[in-house]
Amino acid sequence: MSEISRADVEHLAKLAHISMTDEELTTMAGELDVIVDSVKKVSEAVDADVPATSHPLPLTNVFRRDEVGEMLTAEQALSNAPDAEDGRFKVPAILDEE
Amino acid sequence: MTAEITRLTAAQMAAKLAAGEITSVELVRAHLDRIDAVDGGEAGLNAFIHVSRDEALATAEEVDAVRAAGGAEAEALHPLAGVPIAVKDLIVTVGQPTTAGSRMLEDWVSPYDATVVERIRAAKLPILGKTNLDEFAMGSSTEHSAYGVTRNPWDTDRIPGGSGGGSAAAVAAFEAPLALGTDTGGSIRQPGAVTGTVGTKPTYGSVSRYGAIAMASSLDQIGPVARTTEDAALLHELIAGHDPKDSTSLPDEVPAFGAAARTTDVSGLRIGVIKQLQGEGYQEGVLARFQESLDALRAAGAEIVEVDCPSFEHALSAYYLIMPSEASSNLARFDGVRYGTRVEPEDGPLTIERVMGATRAAGFGDEVKRRIILGTYALSAGYYDAYYGSAQKVRTLIQRDFAAAFEQADVLISPTAPTVAFPLGEKLDDPLAMYLNDVATIPANLAGIPGISVPGGLASDGDGAALPVGIQFLAPAREDARVYRAAGALEALLSADAEPLWARAPELPTAAAQTAGE
Repeated sequence: MSEISRADVEHLAKLAHISMTDEELTTMAGELDVIVDSVKKVSEAVDADVPATSHPLPLTNVFRRDEVGEMLTAEQALSNAPDAEDGRFKVPAILDEE
Repeated sequence: MTAEITRLTAAQMAAKLAAGEITSVELVRAHLDRIDAVDGGEAGLNAFIHVSRDEALATAEEVDAVRAAGGAEAEALHPLAGVPIAVKDLIVTVGQPTTAGSRMLEDWVSPYDATVVERIRAAKLPILGKTNLDEFAMGSSTEHSAYGVTRNPWDTDRIPGGSGGGSAAAVAAFEAPLALGTDTGGSIRQPGAVTGTVGTKPTYGSVSRYGAIAMASSLDQIGPVARTTEDAALLHELIAGHDPKDSTSLPDEVPAFGAAARTTDVSGLRIGVIKQLQGEGYQEGVLARFQESLDALRAAGAEIVEVDCPSFEHALSAYYLIMPSEASSNLARFDGVRYGTRVEPEDGPLTIERVMGATRAAGFGDEVKRRIILGTYALSAGYYDAYYGSAQKVRTLIQRDFAAAFEQADVLISPTAPTVAFPLGEKLDDPLAMYLNDVATIPANLAGIPGISVPGGLASDGDGAALPVGIQFLAPAREDARVYRAAGALEALLSADAEPLWARAPELPTAAAQTAGE
């Protein structure tokens, strides 16, 4: 049975904010299907009582004092912005309306 | 003279610089000439995305001036001061572009240096430029770069490995004696294997990752690329150590890796052969060189034992769920708002959401899109436990397998990659076949342990000339010195009666010859 349909990819692409053409959606569905089919057996490889590992080495959180340190200037931070105005990043309309 | 000095090891270059036999300017010029000769043009290697001529020469002049003046400042120079280096274009640099091999960052210049770059600059190693890679380090062949493929110096119709094919090819082709790479699933070690060079993935946290553009944060690690184990060890020493800017950086003292690499004594060293990382899927020639390496180590007094790591069967699957999941989150930052490319949709209303969709559609290549979508899928409601959750449990099992194996052995050994370099284009349309290149390197990333690839000789895949085979050593976390000791010993054993492999690479067509042939 197919694991990933074209409609699934369309939904995932929307979640990931990647516009895709019809052709791309179809190709991607086929490719992902093969990959998922190959990796899905991990769920059969483990028992429920095996703990999950999210990180390779045991680490504890690192804290520092809440003090202003050496940091980028506003000018540096904006130096690569596609668009900026008055020391701020400039973006198109957030809401889909006139 | 100029052609010859590029063939010295980094340690030899450092010794000659210290002795005043050569200058850093001479060294940098010789490498820039070599880059001009072999990197450009249709048949050129294309190991570099950007060459930083002026900056490299300025650093070299500075080192030479300090040495010439003598005194305390000259005494205080780092041993590698003046030895040139190349940097994988995933690691950010002030004053030089950082593209990550992507259109998304085509015109981007970082406002800050990665910590490893700060350390290299402080030690005064001239940076020759930025090396090619698979886009955002996603690939095993450097074919997924927006800036063209990199060619393997041993056979320019074959892949140099990936994602760090540029760094490995540059070092193999004498365009640089040292380079930096990053290794998330094998991106330093597998290119090392297929280009006949040495590459180390340090213990997770041994080297600061601050300023390495993140792919999968629980797996990514910066490490050294070189022609010899000693050179890799010396570069590792320079870049290792705690960094408050990377909260996963280990607060440990940096051991003397260079000394470990020079200890060529393996008598009594227990070397574990991983049962699961050989046999089916591995080329005959690769397995033959692997057996010869085991024989040489045994003859030198090492104790060879077999270790069983049954969970490795699921390592590739777990990796290809964890890595895309983390990547889908890390690459969300490329939204066309704060930096990088912004693309506006051709028609329809101009909203931020539609601009993001068009930006990411145009800025990312196919493999990056594939991994983001796969990661989004693995993390989505209803699948999370079965996929990402199970993969994290497999990670626990793999760590347990390693722990048991290291009860029986001091280091583990395997071929680094199942095959020698394959022809360009061969696996481009088959993502799953491409992923299989990483089968032997991935377990170390999942467990956070150190690994190294060293040349193990040459083998043919039955279709063409003999090509380099890599041998991988693995050690427990924080025991990076052990991989240098074992690799240094194997390197010495295999080059006892022959020239080292890196010195035997075929001559490359130079730019002048390319033009003459047209």
